[in-house]
Amino acid sequence: MFAYYFQLGLRSLRRNPALTALMVMAIGVGVAASMTTYSVFRAVSGNPIPDKSTRLFTPQIDAWGPQQNLRGGEPAEALGYVDAMALMRSHEAKRKTLLYPVQLSVIPQGNRDLPLNASGYAVTSDFFAMFEVPFRYGSGWSEQDDAARTADVVISDELDQKLFGGADSVGQTLNLGGHDYRIVGVASHWNPRPRFYDLFSTSGFADEPDIYMVFNRALDLQMRTGGRNSCRGSLSFTTWQEYLQSNCVWITPWVELGSSAEVAGYRRFLTNYAAEQQHAGRFNWAPNVRLRDVMQWMDHEQVVPPESRISLAVALGFFVICLVNTIGLLLAKFMRRAGEIGVRRALGATRGEIYAQYLIEAGTVGLAGGLVGLLLTAVGVGGVGVLFRPEIAKLARLDPSLVALTFAVAVVATVMAAFYPAWRAAHVQPAWQLKSS
Amino acid sequence: MKLHPMIAALRRHKAGVVLIALQIALTLAIVCNAVFIIGQRIERVNRPTGLVEDNLMLVTQSWVGAPSGDQPGDVEKLDSLLQADLAALRAMPDVESVVPINSLPLLNSSWTGSVALKPGSDLRAGNARSVYYFGDEHLLKTLGLKLVAGRGFTAADVRNRGFRDSGTPAVIIVTKALADKLYPKGDALGKAIYLDGGSSPSTIIGEVERLQAPSTGSWVNGFLWNATIEPFRLNANFSRYAIRTRPGRLQAVMHAVPDVLYGVSRMRVLDDDSVKSFAQIRQEAYRSDVGMAILMGVVCLILLGVTAAGIVGLTSFWVGQRHRQIGVRRALGARKIDILHYFQMENLLISGAGALIGLGLAIGLNMLLMKHFEMDRLPVLYVLAGIVVVMALGQGAVFVPARRASNVPPVVATRSV
Repeated sequence: MFAYYFQLGLRSLRRNPALTALMVMAIGVGVAASMTTYSVFRAVSGNPIPDKSTRLFTPQIDAWGPQQNLRGGEPAEALGYVDAMALMRSHEAKRKTLLYPVQLSVIPQGNRDLPLNASGYAVTSDFFAMFEVPFRYGSGWSEQDDAARTADVVISDELDQKLFGGADSVGQTLNLGGHDYRIVGVASHWNPRPRFYDLFSTSGFADEPDIYMVFNRALDLQMRTGGRNSCRGSLSFTTWQEYLQSNCVWITPWVELGSSAEVAGYRRFLTNYAAEQQHAGRFNWAPNVRLRDVMQWMDHEQVVPPESRISLAVALGFFVICLVNTIGLLLAKFMRRAGEIGVRRALGATRGEIYAQYLIEAGTVGLAGGLVGLLLTAVGVGGVGVLFRPEIAKLARLDPSLVALTFAVAVVATVMAAFYPAWRAAHVQPAWQLKSS
Repeated sequence: MKLHPMIAALRRHKAGVVLIALQIALTLAIVCNAVFIIGQRIERVNRPTGLVEDNLMLVTQSWVGAPSGDQPGDVEKLDSLLQADLAALRAMPDVESVVPINSLPLLNSSWTGSVALKPGSDLRAGNARSVYYFGDEHLLKTLGLKLVAGRGFTAADVRNRGFRDSGTPAVIIVTKALADKLYPKGDALGKAIYLDGGSSPSTIIGEVERLQAPSTGSWVNGFLWNATIEPFRLNANFSRYAIRTRPGRLQAVMHAVPDVLYGVSRMRVLDDDSVKSFAQIRQEAYRSDVGMAILMGVVCLILLGVTAAGIVGLTSFWVGQRHRQIGVRRALGARKIDILHYFQMENLLISGAGALIGLGLAIGLNMLLMKHFEMDRLPVLYVLAGIVVVMALGQGAVFVPARRASNVPPVVATRSV
């Protein structure tokens, strides 16, 4: 029966072609608008590290005080050197890392005669295990290397490609900004979007980092952050030591905590630490700390661009209007055949059969709409670059799941829109129809 | 024409009437707000920066193996590198003027702080937030800023300082907006102000008409036009140069600059986006605003099209259903124009009701947007204009089926369909 009704549905697409074309276009356009904006929204609001996002936390400690801190009494979004080091020394968390962006130049070696820019992060040894950085060759460095402040560096696959043609470069020496470093690992392509671990300095959609170096080594070289630095009050430092002791924030800390008990314990530790600082006279305000996990942190930092949210909302409203329109047109399409329905009912068709026939017919309209929608979505996804920054635009893709979703949304929405018209069709009075014709 | 028979007739098509009215209402709500968003984005993009933007470009580069700026003597070494670059750029034949500068409007790389009337006071009470631009005596000329009071910097005013030193300049230039904020009586010239809670005064020697902050983000909205220009060459291991070229020679200079700088020294990094015209900076800064306006515009057009199509479809259906009634009316003496008017009047009623609901929805949607997206209040004018547009749309859409209805011959009355 389904196949037969489906055939009828296909045939009815050709009946009142103008009306049908209007419906198919309305559904197609509505679905395409929603799917295009959804593809961007999906790309910018997804979970960048799904299996661990509830176990990774970034601690915040208010080192500015109520007069200077952010809107709503929020502490700064990063730490200064003093507090970062205090967290690093504690043993409360299973794993912990500190990081800040660095900008270095790769000094020409071999047959290259112009320097290259290399941007990346100064991190501690736990970084690689915590964030599950995949390695192509070698590995990260150890905690002993952190303590020994070694000149180790992990480079990206891409930099390895540029410098060594993609060969195993572990053990090679690299001159960065005039200092020699030993390559200990080559990371496979790894660039989680949004870049949850550094939302302080980036918008979350930067290109893949080229290098990761030992945090303590970067401090030894007095390497200032290549990213954001935020200070409060009147600034009076000139030397590196004075800068480290100032209230400027520039270091992002992360901790990995296993159980909810550990989370509670760490929160207590942060509060106690802030209270100690208050007693020591460094803070003259009550402890004000935060401990947010990955998704809470992304939400707090408002990673999803407002354009993406507004256009998703507009597209949904747009889709609703297209559906209201479809209800009206389906009603017109079905009720034109009131006479035919009357005859079928009089010949013994049940209401259920009428329902089935008309809902399946609506389904075929939805399918056609989905096809048009898919074409328009492809155009839309290609045109995303007009609206969003290129680094975000290239994240929006037409993959199999989006294709499936486009069809599913088109068919399901159309069938749902058809319920009322089908109900009206099923309630056509056979006697009345027969009499009037 | 009496309305109550028409309303009675509409009761027989409740579903269709409700659907058309609902569609009109939703369309009105979305189109009003979308057009309002377009208007705001266009207004934002068209704000003048205060610069003369033609023939202006920016070069960003970093030195390799340059001192870090933290050891004694580093700053002077960095300054000599900077001076060498400046000399080479200024010697280029098509270059009119060059200034070493930390940022430009729309570049999204800002240096911000606060200025105060009293020494050692922080961000509150009568003080103002400000962005800082650092440059030498060529700054006003290169950027094309308009001086409205006082004078520009001379070579004697300009010093150099390390990127991370907190030096206070003896003289500064501020924007008129900032001067008026601090000295509402308009007597800012010659007065002293204190930067970043510092204790040594800086004297205002000039006011420029307008200079926008580098950031286009909403966090800067409160002090977008508050700029302070300090007479410093900043020395860091990277530098930026704003260059004004001779008219029409922008492309040539952009093309030639990398070779000129590599000619001074090869130990530097210039990458793909190191050399940018101001037009490119502007385009990147406002890409999402322009994109948003285009998207909203397309949405509005398609939405109006879909709504019109819906009205055409449903009205055609009604006309088909009422073929016989129309024939009867015609046989009883109704003229073609009466039938046409009947359908137009009917549509006016439905879309009028829809527009009333839409008025409420539009305001509701606006309030929702204000709450979540920092939107402004929707002016009533937009809604009124929107109502006129959707009513006109309804009338246009109903015309074709209504004309078909008016062409129904009276003889139909005698046939049973």
